[in-house]
Amino acid sequence: MGVRVQREDFDIGAEVSRLAAGRTDIGAVVTFTGVVRDENSGGPIAGMTLEHYPGMTEQELARVEADAGKRWPLQASLIVHRVGALRPGDNIVLVVTASAHRQAAFAAAEFLMDYLKTRAPFWKKEFGPDGKEHWVEARDSDGRAAERWEDASARRS
Amino acid sequence: MSVKILYFAWVREKTGKAEEVVDLPPGVKTVADVVAWLKTRGPEYAEAFARPGVVRAALDQTHVQPGASIAGAREIAFFPPVTGG
Repeated sequence: MGVRVQREDFDIGAEVSRLAAGRTDIGAVVTFTGVVRDENSGGPIAGMTLEHYPGMTEQELARVEADAGKRWPLQASLIVHRVGALRPGDNIVLVVTASAHRQAAFAAAEFLMDYLKTRAPFWKKEFGPDGKEHWVEARDSDGRAAERWEDASARRS
Repeated sequence: MSVKILYFAWVREKTGKAEEVVDLPPGVKTVADVVAWLKTRGPEYAEAFARPGVVRAALDQTHVQPGASIAGAREIAFFPPVTGG
Protein backbone atom coordinates (compact mmCIF):
# COMPACT_ATOMS: atom_id res chain seq x y z
CA MET A 1 0.00 0.00 0.00
CA GLY A 2 1.31 3.42 -0.80
CA VAL A 3 0.81 6.79 -2.45
CA ARG A 4 3.41 9.11 -3.94
CA VAL A 5 3.36 12.53 -5.56
CA GLN A 6 6.50 13.28 -7.55
CA ARG A 7 7.93 15.34 -10.39
CA GLU A 8 9.99 12.55 -11.88
CA ASP A 9 8.74 9.78 -14.16
CA PHE A 10 7.96 6.28 -12.88
CA ASP A 11 8.98 2.85 -14.17
CA ILE A 12 5.93 0.59 -14.28
CA GLY A 13 7.92 -2.65 -14.29
CA ALA A 14 10.05 -1.59 -11.33
CA GLU A 15 6.98 -0.46 -9.36
CA VAL A 16 5.17 -3.77 -9.91
CA SER A 17 8.28 -5.80 -9.03
CA ARG A 18 8.73 -3.87 -5.79
CA LEU A 19 5.04 -4.23 -4.91
CA ALA A 20 5.02 -7.99 -5.42
CA ALA A 21 8.52 -8.74 -4.11
CA GLY A 22 8.66 -11.78 -1.84
CA ARG A 23 4.93 -12.49 -2.08
CA THR A 24 3.29 -15.61 -3.42
CA ASP A 25 -0.31 -14.85 -2.44
CA ILE A 26 -0.89 -12.47 -5.37
CA GLY A 27 -2.71 -14.01 -8.31
CA ALA A 28 -3.50 -10.85 -10.28
CA VAL A 29 -1.82 -7.49 -10.80
CA VAL A 30 -3.61 -4.72 -12.68
CA THR A 31 -1.84 -1.52 -13.69
CA PHE A 32 -3.38 1.62 -15.13
CA THR A 33 -1.20 4.37 -16.60
CA GLY A 34 -2.53 7.80 -17.51
CA VAL A 35 -0.58 9.51 -20.30
CA VAL A 36 -0.58 13.10 -21.62
CA ARG A 37 -2.40 13.29 -24.99
CA ASP A 38 -1.51 15.72 -27.76
CA GLU A 39 -5.06 17.01 -28.02
CA ASN A 40 -7.96 17.87 -25.73
CA SER A 41 -11.51 18.83 -26.74
CA GLY A 42 -10.37 19.00 -30.35
CA GLY A 43 -7.50 21.42 -29.75
CA PRO A 44 -3.79 20.55 -30.03
CA ILE A 45 -1.83 20.36 -26.75
CA ALA A 46 1.91 21.03 -26.59
CA GLY A 47 2.22 20.45 -22.84
CA MET A 48 0.78 21.02 -19.40
CA THR A 49 1.63 21.98 -15.86
CA LEU A 50 0.15 19.97 -13.02
CA GLU A 51 -0.37 21.86 -9.77
CA HIS A 52 -1.40 20.25 -6.49
CA TYR A 53 -2.10 20.96 -2.82
CA PRO A 54 0.87 19.44 -0.96
CA GLY A 55 -0.29 17.55 2.11
CA MET A 56 -3.95 17.34 1.17
CA THR A 57 -3.11 15.50 -2.04
CA GLU A 58 -1.29 12.72 -0.20
CA GLN A 59 -4.08 12.53 2.41
CA GLU A 60 -6.81 12.25 -0.23
CA LEU A 61 -4.90 9.63 -2.20
CA ALA A 62 -4.33 7.62 0.99
CA ARG A 63 -8.03 7.91 1.85
CA VAL A 64 -9.10 6.71 -1.60
CA GLU A 65 -6.64 3.83 -1.37
CA ALA A 66 -7.93 2.86 2.08
CA ASP A 67 -11.52 2.93 0.72
CA ALA A 68 -10.52 0.52 -2.06
CA GLY A 69 -8.91 -1.76 0.52
CA LYS A 70 -12.21 -1.92 2.43
CA ARG A 71 -14.24 -2.74 -0.69
CA TRP A 72 -12.00 -5.42 -2.23
CA PRO A 73 -9.57 -8.01 -0.88
CA LEU A 74 -6.35 -6.36 -2.07
CA GLN A 75 -2.93 -7.76 -1.25
CA ALA A 76 -1.28 -4.51 -2.31
CA SER A 77 -1.94 -1.25 -4.09
CA LEU A 78 -0.02 1.81 -5.22
CA ILE A 79 -0.85 5.27 -6.56
CA VAL A 80 1.87 7.43 -8.11
CA HIS A 81 0.86 10.85 -9.48
CA ARG A 82 3.22 13.27 -11.19
CA VAL A 83 3.21 17.06 -10.85
CA GLY A 84 5.06 19.85 -12.64
CA ALA A 85 5.73 20.25 -16.35
CA LEU A 86 4.60 17.40 -18.65
CA ARG A 87 4.54 16.94 -22.42
CA PRO A 88 2.47 14.72 -24.73
CA GLY A 89 3.52 11.11 -24.30
CA ASP A 90 4.64 11.63 -20.69
CA ASN A 91 3.18 9.47 -17.93
CA ILE A 92 0.87 11.29 -15.50
CA VAL A 93 -0.51 8.71 -13.12
CA LEU A 94 0.05 5.08 -12.19
CA VAL A 95 -2.38 2.88 -10.29
CA VAL A 96 -1.42 -0.68 -9.36
CA THR A 97 -3.70 -3.15 -7.61
CA ALA A 98 -2.85 -6.70 -6.61
CA SER A 99 -5.27 -9.36 -5.43
CA ALA A 100 -5.69 -13.11 -5.33
CA HIS A 101 -8.07 -12.93 -8.30
CA ARG A 102 -8.46 -10.59 -11.25
CA GLN A 103 -11.98 -9.30 -10.58
CA ALA A 104 -11.00 -7.46 -7.41
CA ALA A 105 -7.82 -6.08 -8.97
CA PHE A 106 -9.63 -4.77 -12.09
CA ALA A 107 -12.51 -3.25 -10.12
CA ALA A 108 -10.27 -1.65 -7.50
CA ALA A 109 -8.02 -0.07 -10.14
CA GLU A 110 -11.03 1.48 -11.87
CA PHE A 111 -12.43 2.69 -8.54
CA LEU A 112 -9.10 4.28 -7.58
CA MET A 113 -8.92 6.20 -10.86
CA ASP A 114 -12.56 7.33 -10.75
CA TYR A 115 -12.20 8.55 -7.19
CA LEU A 116 -8.85 10.24 -7.47
CA LYS A 117 -10.12 12.19 -10.50
CA THR A 118 -12.91 13.74 -8.43
CA ARG A 119 -11.23 14.05 -5.00
CA ALA A 120 -7.46 14.46 -5.22
CA PRO A 121 -6.50 18.17 -5.41
CA PHE A 122 -4.64 18.33 -8.73
CA TRP A 123 -5.19 20.97 -11.43
CA LYS A 124 -4.01 20.82 -15.04
CA LYS A 125 -3.07 23.88 -17.03
CA GLU A 126 -2.55 23.07 -20.69
CA PHE A 127 -0.87 25.09 -23.40
CA GLY A 128 -1.11 24.78 -27.16
CA PRO A 129 1.59 25.04 -29.86
CA ASP A 130 0.89 28.81 -29.89
CA GLY A 131 1.82 29.00 -26.19
CA LYS A 132 -1.71 29.98 -25.13
CA GLU A 133 -2.56 28.56 -21.70
CA HIS A 134 -5.87 27.47 -20.23
CA TRP A 135 -6.99 25.61 -17.12
CA VAL A 136 -8.61 22.26 -17.82
CA GLU A 137 -12.27 22.19 -16.78
CA ALA A 138 -13.60 19.32 -14.66
CA ARG A 139 -15.76 16.93 -16.68
CA ASP A 140 -19.26 15.98 -15.60
CA SER A 141 -18.51 12.48 -16.86
CA ASP A 142 -15.77 12.13 -14.21
CA GLY A 143 -18.27 13.02 -11.50
CA ARG A 144 -20.72 10.45 -12.86
CA ALA A 145 -17.98 7.80 -13.07
CA ALA A 146 -17.26 8.24 -9.35
CA GLU A 147 -20.97 8.36 -8.44
CA ARG A 148 -21.70 4.94 -9.88
CA TRP A 149 -19.56 3.43 -7.09
CA GLU A 150 -21.81 5.20 -4.57
CA ASP A 151 -24.81 3.58 -6.27
CA ALA A 152 -23.07 0.21 -6.13
CA SER A 153 -22.41 0.49 -2.38
CA ALA A 154 -25.97 1.72 -1.76
CA ARG A 155 -27.32 -1.37 -3.53
CA ARG A 156 -25.12 -3.68 -1.50
CA SER A 157 -26.17 -2.27 1.88
CA MET B 1 -9.81 34.69 14.43
CA SER B 2 -6.51 34.44 12.57
CA VAL B 3 -6.38 31.79 9.85
CA LYS B 4 -4.23 30.86 6.88
CA ILE B 5 -6.00 30.94 3.53
CA LEU B 6 -4.60 29.12 0.49
CA TYR B 7 -5.59 29.59 -3.15
CA PHE B 8 -4.91 27.18 -6.00
CA ALA B 9 -4.99 27.12 -9.81
CA TRP B 10 -7.12 29.92 -11.36
CA VAL B 11 -8.39 31.01 -7.94
CA ARG B 12 -4.74 31.75 -7.06
CA GLU B 13 -4.20 33.58 -10.35
CA LYS B 14 -7.30 35.73 -9.89
CA THR B 15 -6.60 36.67 -6.26
CA GLY B 16 -2.95 37.22 -7.14
CA LYS B 17 -1.64 35.27 -4.16
CA ALA B 18 -0.98 31.67 -3.18
CA GLU B 19 -1.61 32.20 0.52
CA GLU B 20 -2.22 34.82 3.17
CA VAL B 21 -2.96 35.03 6.88
CA VAL B 22 -6.13 36.98 7.65
CA ASP B 23 -8.04 38.08 10.74
CA LEU B 24 -11.63 37.08 10.19
CA PRO B 25 -14.33 39.30 11.72
CA PRO B 26 -16.41 37.67 14.50
CA GLY B 27 -19.52 37.24 12.33
CA VAL B 28 -17.73 34.91 9.92
CA LYS B 29 -18.76 31.40 10.96
CA THR B 30 -18.91 29.22 7.84
CA VAL B 31 -16.98 28.67 4.63
CA ALA B 32 -19.70 30.57 2.75
CA ASP B 33 -19.25 33.47 5.20
CA VAL B 34 -15.50 33.49 4.46
CA VAL B 35 -16.21 33.69 0.73
CA ALA B 36 -18.71 36.55 1.24
CA TRP B 37 -16.18 38.40 3.40
CA LEU B 38 -13.30 37.85 0.95
CA LYS B 39 -15.44 39.25 -1.89
CA THR B 40 -15.65 42.57 -0.02
CA ARG B 41 -11.84 42.89 0.09
CA GLY B 42 -11.30 43.93 -3.51
CA PRO B 43 -12.17 43.38 -7.17
CA GLU B 44 -9.63 40.56 -7.52
CA TYR B 45 -11.48 38.55 -4.83
CA ALA B 46 -14.89 39.45 -6.27
CA GLU B 47 -13.64 38.16 -9.62
CA ALA B 48 -12.16 34.93 -8.16
CA PHE B 49 -15.44 34.07 -6.42
CA ALA B 50 -17.76 35.57 -9.03
CA ARG B 51 -19.39 32.35 -10.21
CA PRO B 52 -21.43 31.03 -7.27
CA GLY B 53 -20.80 27.42 -6.32
CA VAL B 54 -17.84 26.87 -8.65
CA VAL B 55 -14.97 27.36 -6.21
CA ARG B 56 -14.46 24.40 -3.88
CA ALA B 57 -13.13 24.55 -0.32
CA ALA B 58 -11.14 22.48 2.14
CA LEU B 59 -10.75 22.98 5.90
CA ASP B 60 -7.46 21.70 7.27
CA GLN B 61 -6.95 19.72 4.06
CA THR B 62 -10.36 18.00 4.03
CA HIS B 63 -13.07 18.71 1.42
CA VAL B 64 -16.04 20.61 2.88
CA GLN B 65 -19.35 22.11 1.72
CA PRO B 66 -20.03 25.88 1.88
CA GLY B 67 -22.14 25.49 5.02
CA ALA B 68 -19.31 23.91 7.03
CA SER B 69 -18.34 25.67 10.28
CA ILE B 70 -14.83 27.11 10.32
CA ALA B 71 -14.58 26.94 14.11
CA GLY B 72 -11.09 25.75 15.07
CA ALA B 73 -9.81 25.65 11.48
CA ARG B 74 -6.14 26.54 10.99
CA GLU B 75 -6.08 26.39 7.20
CA ILE B 76 -8.80 27.17 4.65
CA ALA B 77 -8.17 26.43 0.97
CA PHE B 78 -10.11 27.56 -2.10
CA PHE B 79 -9.71 25.95 -5.52
CA PRO B 80 -11.51 25.01 -8.75
CA PRO B 81 -12.99 21.53 -9.27
CA VAL B 82 -10.06 19.11 -9.41
CA THR B 83 -8.69 17.83 -12.73
CA GLY B 84 -6.03 15.24 -11.90
CA GLY B 85 -5.61 11.72 -13.19
